Amino acid sequence: MLNIVWPIFIIISFIYAIFTGNIDNINNSIFESTESAVNLSITLLGTMCLWNGIMEIASRTSVIDKLTNFLKPLIKFLFPSLKNDIDIQKQISMNMIANILGLGNAATPLGIKAMKSMQKQNKDKEKLTNSMAMFIVINTASLQIIPTTVIAIRNSLGSNNPTKIIFPVWIATIIAATVGILVTKLFIKLDK
Amino acid sequence: MDIINYLSSAAMPMVILIIISYGILEKNKVFDTFIDGAKEGLEIVLKIFPTLIGLFVAIGALRSSGILDLIINNIEPVLNLLKIPSQIMPLAILRPISGSASIAVATDIMNKFGVDSNIGLIAATIMGSTETTLYTIAVYTSAVGIKKTRFVLYAALAADIAGMIASVAIWRILS
Repeated sequence: MLNIVWPIFIIISFIYAIFTGNIDNINNSIFESTESAVNLSITLLGTMCLWNGIMEIASRTSVIDKLTNFLKPLIKFLFPSLKNDIDIQKQISMNMIANILGLGNAATPLGIKAMKSMQKQNKDKEKLTNSMAMFIVINTASLQIIPTTVIAIRNSLGSNNPTKIIFPVWIATIIAATVGILVTKLFIKLDK
Repeated sequence: MDIINYLSSAAMPMVILIIISYGILEKNKVFDTFIDGAKEGLEIVLKIFPTLIGLFVAIGALRSSGILDLIINNIEPVLNLLKIPSQIMPLAILRPISGSASIAVATDIMNKFGVDSNIGLIAATIMGSTETTLYTIAVYTSAVGIKKTRFVLYAALAADIAGMIASVAIWRILS
């Protein structure tokens, strides 16, 4: 994807700048951009390391099991056809919890495991089942409880209150996830 | 308004407090565990650094050449209908496609319009409430060899759009 988009961005910008006499601007922007990428990465380092450390502690406690119980009713509602598959339910909830805690690196392998288990019971191996579709849609929603990357970026840009966005992010996430779930349920109904 | 600010400020310390308390109660070596995890954070940042350099240069070029303004001016009428500020548009388009590109664009927007300005807050809220939809779909379907993804893309994009409109609406209400 970026192999196509990236050169296009650069080529059209440079050509446009030459024709509109903006070549000085673009020249300056090259150095400004590399500098701000460095600044961003340095400030990201602090928050990312802190947060990954905290979440590593969480992943070795029973917090995960407690959250799994908490999610059970939700999983039953979202995946009615998996109601007898305790193992798959557990894999799905592990993936959701990893997402909620912001353990992106753990969430993806857990999610793939859940997909593989669901694929085993799939009759048409090339086509998504309803449960798989719902599972993917939920994974495209950002369920993370603390949006650490954005907070780190806001911090690096000198915000006077980097965490100010947390509550608004929750609301927007809930709205986005609800719409995703409802649209999926609707499509499943129409598809019958 | 005060409650919202309080919840936002309290969320991070509370989560840290709960997790560390659990770790101690269950007799884990919390500091050693913390260090293990923190190392991973270092790797993540190092891994995305080259991508960020490349994308920051490309997006800086788009903006400084004036071509971004040209594109935004042309699609502004549509955006006005949806009540989405046009400054947010580059982020709205890139967000579902590429995680690192959207980080670069969001940072650029926050930098240009002010990190605590309305536009900056909306950009941050969009980043926090949406995911790299296309990448996620590709990873999960290709991992099990699925070819027919049915309606998943539409449902996921509907969620993204809802998240973006919600982000705009929330800051309209709060400011």
